[in-house]
Amino acid sequence: MTAHDDSIWDPAAKWGLHPMVAVRPEAFGALVYHYDTRRLSFLKDPRLASVVNELDEGESVNQVLDRAGLSLADRQAFNRALEMLSQTQMIVRR
Amino acid sequence: MAPESTAPRLIDHFERGLQAPICLTWELTYGCNLSCVHCLSSSGRRDPRELTTDEAKAVIDEMNRLQVFYVNIGGGEPTIRPDFWELVEYAVAQGIGVKFSTNGLQMTAAHAQRIKESGYIDVQISLDGATPEINDPIRGQGTFDGAIRAMETLQAAGVAGFKISVVVTRTNVGQLDAFKAIADRYDAQLRLTRLRPSGRGAEVWNELHLTSTDQRDLYAWLLAHGEEVLTGDSFFHLSALGQSLPGLNLCGAGRVVCLIDPVGDVYACPFTIHESFKAGSVREAGGFTQVWRSSDLFLELREPQSAGICTKCSEFDACRGGCMAAKFFTGLPLDGPDPECVMGHGEALLASIDHTQTPRTDVDHSRGSSRRMLPLSVVSRACDESPVAGKAMAL
Amino acid sequence: MHNTEHSSAPLDEPEVEQELATANLLVEDVSIDGMCGVY
Repeated sequence: MTAHDDSIWDPAAKWGLHPMVAVRPEAFGALVYHYDTRRLSFLKDPRLASVVNELDEGESVNQVLDRAGLSLADRQAFNRALEMLSQTQMIVRR
Repeated sequence: MAPESTAPRLIDHFERGLQAPICLTWELTYGCNLSCVHCLSSSGRRDPRELTTDEAKAVIDEMNRLQVFYVNIGGGEPTIRPDFWELVEYAVAQGIGVKFSTNGLQMTAAHAQRIKESGYIDVQISLDGATPEINDPIRGQGTFDGAIRAMETLQAAGVAGFKISVVVTRTNVGQLDAFKAIADRYDAQLRLTRLRPSGRGAEVWNELHLTSTDQRDLYAWLLAHGEEVLTGDSFFHLSALGQSLPGLNLCGAGRVVCLIDPVGDVYACPFTIHESFKAGSVREAGGFTQVWRSSDLFLELREPQSAGICTKCSEFDACRGGCMAAKFFTGLPLDGPDPECVMGHGEALLASIDHTQTPRTDVDHSRGSSRRMLPLSVVSRACDESPVAGKAMAL
Repeated sequence: MHNTEHSSAPLDEPEVEQELATANLLVEDVSIDGMCGVY
């Protein structure tokens, strides 16, 4: 048994973009493309795109979300959105 | 943005324009070793003004700067260009995925091996009949066998998940299960796409486009197969029949997709190779980037489109007025129903059209006689559209 | 009140629906073959 399941969403942990994922900024937010799975995701808020790009900087997801200055409702939505991205391997645990 | 507010739909975001196309189709050559009767690009002869290898690499450099994720390469038959693999490698080396469409006739084990080794190269084999009897009258004698050989070569090299791309016609719509069986046998993914009256497709449209019964059968079959069968969102007009099919369900031309043709001209999509839908040229000073971001045509396409008489229809939200190319090349107004509108509004309007005046493109690289007629025996279903009476039937 | 463990205790239904609805406003997946204009 592993100490933890890498696929379970845990915003207290450090996560980052999968190495085979490219993010392209757009006016509405960003396009995210996974070269292995050939999946394409739309991030429909520029603030979410910023959060995704900041994930690699060594902090936990919670810390990145804290700094984003979001309302409680937005923070919950962003957390759930990141979980959805983890489910398609767009972001992975560090 | 407060999450409780009604957010714009995805398609509303596109109306503000994308930095780059999501799906870019690039036809490398008008040359082809086949003469399929429905060829959307009227291919056959190479054009002496084709982009040179250096010009093509400059286009790839631009795609890199634009952060295009992948490019759909086709033609004609792209592999007949001597620099085909050189260009593929050049794109892949810059992290751009290449998905190329081929008739597979020249697929070698070495090519299959190269595709296998690269995580960035995907291939699509064209097939328009699940048997030679249905396929070959459309694509040419021996082409069914040639396509199957390519699939066997790919399978032998361990390439799984390649695509088999079928243009659905009146003559093959009864073979959908058989197509799926071929895809399953070769561990491939089936892709069904819509016939448009584009290129040589205009000449065979009346005989080959789906009847309303065919469309309902196809729709039911697509729903039953969910996301295991791809469609390139080309049947979004059928969404008016009920539940929407997977995909964006809208015309992507000039909005999320466009075409770069073999001489560097940029069109709204591969089905609109016509002066009216030409946005510019990659050979202009600003290159592809300027055409994509600033051309009059694309800016106009990105404005909300008038639904015209379709606004009165309860199904407009599902079908979005259908396919621009299908309307244009059947002589219908763009702000009105698709010729294959499932509510029958297109058929009604077509009756009043002067068919001698329908637009034809002058971009035609067909070899010799472009008109290859179907033998009557192949047309197996009763035709409830305009009869072929009066047309000479000859192979 | 909110359970921080991964979905082991149910949240109030309307809250979960709201969360999912708003998250869907933020992230949308589309098949790369799901746009018209490619052959």
